[in-house]
Amino acid sequence: MMIDDVAEQPGIASGLVAMVRRDLLLVWKRPGDVLNPLFFFAMVCTLFPLAVGPSAEQLTFSGPGVLWVAALLATLLSLNSLFVADFEDGSLEQLLVSPQPLPALVLGKTIAHWLSSGVPLVLVSPLLAITYRMPTDVVGVMMLTLALGTVCLSLLGSIGAALTVGLSRGTALLSLLILPLAMPVLLLGANTVSLAAGDEMYSTGIWALAAYAVATLSLAPYAAAAALRISNE
Amino acid sequence: MTAKLSANDLTLVRGERVLFHGLGFALNSGELLLLQGQNGSGKTSLIRAIAGLLSLESGEIFWGGVPVLQQRQLFHGSLVWLAHSSGLKADLTLVENLEFEKVLRPQSAREPEEVFERLGIARLKRLPVRFLSAGQQRRVALARILLADVALWLLDEPFTNLDQEGRELVIELTEEHLAGGGLCVLAAHQDIDLEATVKMVRL
Repeated sequence: MMIDDVAEQPGIASGLVAMVRRDLLLVWKRPGDVLNPLFFFAMVCTLFPLAVGPSAEQLTFSGPGVLWVAALLATLLSLNSLFVADFEDGSLEQLLVSPQPLPALVLGKTIAHWLSSGVPLVLVSPLLAITYRMPTDVVGVMMLTLALGTVCLSLLGSIGAALTVGLSRGTALLSLLILPLAMPVLLLGANTVSLAAGDEMYSTGIWALAAYAVATLSLAPYAAAAALRISNE
Repeated sequence: MTAKLSANDLTLVRGERVLFHGLGFALNSGELLLLQGQNGSGKTSLIRAIAGLLSLESGEIFWGGVPVLQQRQLFHGSLVWLAHSSGLKADLTLVENLEFEKVLRPQSAREPEEVFERLGIARLKRLPVRFLSAGQQRRVALARILLADVALWLLDEPFTNLDQEGRELVIELTEEHLAGGGLCVLAAHQDIDLEATVKMVRL
């Protein structure tokens, strides 16, 4: 039996695009939430050379690792807020009862998160790389790995954020949930930059990161949508 | 004829408590289902279950004779829900909030300006929602409902925070919706007087 009086439904892409636009508009009105993780990233990266000393050899050696660990932690820090605000004001529930496919809306939120946290981080990283005496061509590689890596982290994080959205102190749990899945990203990212710095073949690392990004892109929105339904019961 | 919205043998368990057991109803176009009960008796839970947010221990809910779980998107496209929390983004203005709603649901032919005028929120259009009082925010949430072109209204305590005039307005709007062939599930503490077929569920 068919329902006869259903009005025309808006399309899938429009839901995703509107979600990205709404979240970016919210970021625009409240930039503090974005700046915090960015400051954290910059602080860790600038404090590290002060603590270990200015020896050029040591800095070139540890640079890729430090930048990558700081980027990972900064992203984890920002992920907690992905669904919490929507949960608190009830707009998450409204998304759950909307006719738009939930994975598309979740993907929209994640894209907005990446644009407002991943992209600024990538753009700031060359400035910080100077502190570590990184050559220009290696900086390019680092930016590319960070761009791909933050895509993975935002997507993986959306699953963790969806699972912990109802919990009051979810940040620690979220990090614990995400870290095992985020490890390959960190290893691939940091080692690729190290290889590039040592003038060795590094393209495999980039391809592997890209593959990981594609895999998370195709799976994470569904997992996060399912997790959201469970945590909103 | 099958009822538009019906349910049979609904049982909902939250934690250790059975909120309701063997509950059923059938609702046709133009009818209102009034949920009454004390605080904590499960009115909100029943509405959330109808919206498909809670999984039921037993029983099924049907929309047009088809289980809603088999047609979730279609069903969600036919309902709008006024929940306890406004569901509005405090940093966005009324217009920006409703702009986003547009893509979520089919929109009615109503003119937004007229709806704002009727709800008495036209002059608050450019303010971020955080500057509005609780009652005004409720009115914005009502605007969201009026602008959606859906058959089923789920109203959870719609009178909360509203003044006398606001309450009368909600009743008037609900009557109009029902007269136009819509359906409404309404949870309230107090008795309401309405020109329509009202079916009662006591929880």
